[in-house]
Amino acid sequence: MSETLINTQQLKRSDFVSDQAVKWCPGCGDYAILAQAQKVFPDLGVKKENFVFISGIGCSSRFPYYMDTYGFHTIHGRAAAIASGVKVANPELSVWIITGDGDGLSIGGNHTIHLLRRNIDVNIILFNNRIYGLTKGQYSPTSELGKVTKSTPLGSIDRPFNPASLALGSRGSFIARTLDRETKHMQEMIKRSHAHHGTSFLEVYQNCLIFNDGAFENLTNRDVKEDNILYLEDGQPMLFGSKKTKGIHLDGNVPVVIDIEDDKWSVDDVLVHDEKDFIIASILSHITFQPGLPTPIGVMYAKDVPVYEDLHMAQIDKAKTNRQGSVSDILTAGDTWTVE
Amino acid sequence: MSEQTAEMKHVEEVIIRFAGDSGDGMQLTGDRFTANTAIIGNDLSTLPDYPAEIRAPAGSLAGVSAFQLRFSSKDIHTPGDEPDVLVAMNPAALKVHLKEIVKGGTIIVNANAFTPKNLKLAGYETNPLEDDSLKNLYTLYSIEMTKLVVAACADMDLSSKDIERTKNMLALGYLFWMYNRPLENTKTWLKQKFAKKPLIAEANIRALDTGRNYGSTTEVFTTRYTVAKAQLRKGTYRNINGNYATALGLAAAAEKAGRPLFYGGYPITPASDVLHTLAAWKHMNVRTFQAEDEIAGIAAAIGAAFAGNLACTATSGPGVALKSEALGLAVMAELPIVVVNVQRGGPSTGLPTKTEQADLYQAVYGRNGEAPIPVIAAATPGDCFYAAYEASRIAVMYMTPVILLTDGYLGNGSEPWAIPSMDDLPDIPLKFVTEHNGEDRFLPYLRDEKTLARAWAIPGTPGCEHRIGGLEKGDPTGDVNYDPDNHHVMIMRRAEKVNGISRELPETKVYGKKSGDLLLLSWGGTFGSTRSAAEKLQSEDASIGHVHLRWINPFPNDLGDILAKYDKILIPEINAGQLRTMIRAEYLVDAIGLNIVRGRPIRSRDIIEKVKEMVG
Repeated sequence: MSETLINTQQLKRSDFVSDQAVKWCPGCGDYAILAQAQKVFPDLGVKKENFVFISGIGCSSRFPYYMDTYGFHTIHGRAAAIASGVKVANPELSVWIITGDGDGLSIGGNHTIHLLRRNIDVNIILFNNRIYGLTKGQYSPTSELGKVTKSTPLGSIDRPFNPASLALGSRGSFIARTLDRETKHMQEMIKRSHAHHGTSFLEVYQNCLIFNDGAFENLTNRDVKEDNILYLEDGQPMLFGSKKTKGIHLDGNVPVVIDIEDDKWSVDDVLVHDEKDFIIASILSHITFQPGLPTPIGVMYAKDVPVYEDLHMAQIDKAKTNRQGSVSDILTAGDTWTVE
Repeated sequence: MSEQTAEMKHVEEVIIRFAGDSGDGMQLTGDRFTANTAIIGNDLSTLPDYPAEIRAPAGSLAGVSAFQLRFSSKDIHTPGDEPDVLVAMNPAALKVHLKEIVKGGTIIVNANAFTPKNLKLAGYETNPLEDDSLKNLYTLYSIEMTKLVVAACADMDLSSKDIERTKNMLALGYLFWMYNRPLENTKTWLKQKFAKKPLIAEANIRALDTGRNYGSTTEVFTTRYTVAKAQLRKGTYRNINGNYATALGLAAAAEKAGRPLFYGGYPITPASDVLHTLAAWKHMNVRTFQAEDEIAGIAAAIGAAFAGNLACTATSGPGVALKSEALGLAVMAELPIVVVNVQRGGPSTGLPTKTEQADLYQAVYGRNGEAPIPVIAAATPGDCFYAAYEASRIAVMYMTPVILLTDGYLGNGSEPWAIPSMDDLPDIPLKFVTEHNGEDRFLPYLRDEKTLARAWAIPGTPGCEHRIGGLEKGDPTGDVNYDPDNHHVMIMRRAEKVNGISRELPETKVYGKKSGDLLLLSWGGTFGSTRSAAEKLQSEDASIGHVHLRWINPFPNDLGDILAKYDKILIPEINAGQLRTMIRAEYLVDAIGLNIVRGRPIRSRDIIEKVKEMVG
């Protein structure tokens, strides 16, 4: 191990590229996510040996093999629970959970919501392609109602989750969304996820070329995407459209789209984003995939709340102050008697 | 009759069973008698027996909670077969437990609880205290316990409910008189327990005194008993139950290994006390994580092991079922974790508060694929400490999950325990790799030549970055590998590694005859009953031996030779014959089973009868 690798200032993209051949399908959105991660990680100010990637099962979960860091490709749905153990065991580590809509929201849904509730300082990147890829194309818990797949030849009849709403309902403290095609934006979101102290939940809309191609076409097609994406910026009015003339306005408690070029409206009528506002975050998460409304991209919610392992270590430190002693002391504590 | 004139009789041992409603405080009463008896220096063994319902309807048969205690001037191994004394706080308690009391035994009841309503709830058509059904067969002491405590505390500013609740202390005070035990330890304990409620403490102390005085001043009781100190080996002793001992063994292993102890788990009867105990030891850097479910409990433990803590979880059978996929991951990732199964009655939810030994197959075989896991079983409550320590030592030394089997009886039962010194416990050789062990990289599956343990480097170690996972690993790179020959090699390596643990096992001890007519072979919590039976048979010159198995996977290397030295083999188990099947399969011997699955320890008497039937 050379000193240069220990000095985080000099880490390079190549330091994070493992010797394993990447085995995703050609054209998969996962490549873009891997590329952005490898680009951003050298600059996060963390020693390379302190990065840990934990994944479950699914296409996305192969990710740790391709990062030359500590990694653990575990079992289906359990990455959040395993990562919780890693972080509580060693809070110094920068822990990243790589999961998908099936892994993190279906079989592992319970662990995801409880991780968010506890607010352990780990980072979740959830690749949402709205389909099961690795098992060859069944519908997922984020697939739209009526989805025709191998397992639902007449269309799916269960309603999908909206991951952002689920995360918010689980009392997540950082909820953001990005797109596999928006590389710069994704880099920014990875940096923001890392900077947040607490669980960060980053949903990445990711295209599955084989089983669900075009799922996010309206957000990636150059001709229409400007009208369908609402880029969020803290403290800024929620404007969108190619000329930023459309805005989100609250009509009572119902979000509607207004045109600020219309005499009736001005920019003052547009809702201003506040990352710390739970109500605004609720509105933003709910307008996802709503007909007539754009899809919010960016940080929907970011608030500092108590972090699990901080409280945990504080309890340990306090206990050490209040009570000295080792196993020997406990062995001999209480009523004892001696046989001569 | 005064205290001085009561006849004092010396007896070798006594078995008392306290029984009452779930809310009558029978577990606490039994606990206090146990603590006091331990300090006096008797050997003892206890068996708490409580319902799964927290508070079943008052007075109902379902709500009866009991605590059995055997104390002796001799070295004993079990809480005893048939109680000499039954304390029944209501008709339901009498109904449930009467049939197990030795004929001619003593029955002490709270007469005030024998109301028409309670008699009806217990299914009595007439009051058994008023006819001759009990008096002809037992020595019956019918005491108006409720009335006595109400009178004793009449001047106190307490609700009648609070006062009536002290009747268990009255029963205890009376028994302390009857068995010649001081009250001071219990009074001190009551003052501490109710430090913030001095009135409650005072009421309980008054009840305790009232019980003692009742014994010494009324003319009802003609005999008191003494049980001499047991001749235990030299040492400093304490009373300990199995779940506490398990927690202590895990903490001792972590301290010896110099690592934080991480416990990930989900509450489940009868294992939750392991979590409760460890949660109070944060000052020793014990990290407890109450997870969202059983799966997350073990998953977090696996994560903590990956990060370099000594990691463990405790559960019971249904919890192990949920953890089995993660156990497979720990096998594949070759990470050290200890999984404690405090076995209870199954299948499914089964009998949550009753004991059983029916998770042996689950421990040895219960996973997909070839997933060998070492399995160790504790023999007594105090042995849970050593078994937990040994499980941790082997886990770390061999880089493997280890399953520790205890059971509800061991977990909740208690016995006097010679306190070990930390210095006397074996070392736990835990070494992390900090440099490349391959030419230009870290090879996570490069194995120790002797133990076959893989190399362990933890996150935070510069230069040893590596990836592991549940997919088959390449030997020794740890890279994902689908090669057929590699898979075969890895399957065999993992099996060889676990089998190799037999080299750590000491020579198997045979109690009694080293060869002969019959070998008693036991494992886990059946140790006590089997050893007691063996001692009795030995004293009658029967040609029998007794071997108790501590490790069930792998078996000790000398077991086959020992089995061959006896004409017959009898395996008593609280299951339908799980060890028997394994022994027959492994050694091709005609082992016979004694399988009594009643949610309770097998009685020594049943084992003795079976042996006599087999060898005439």
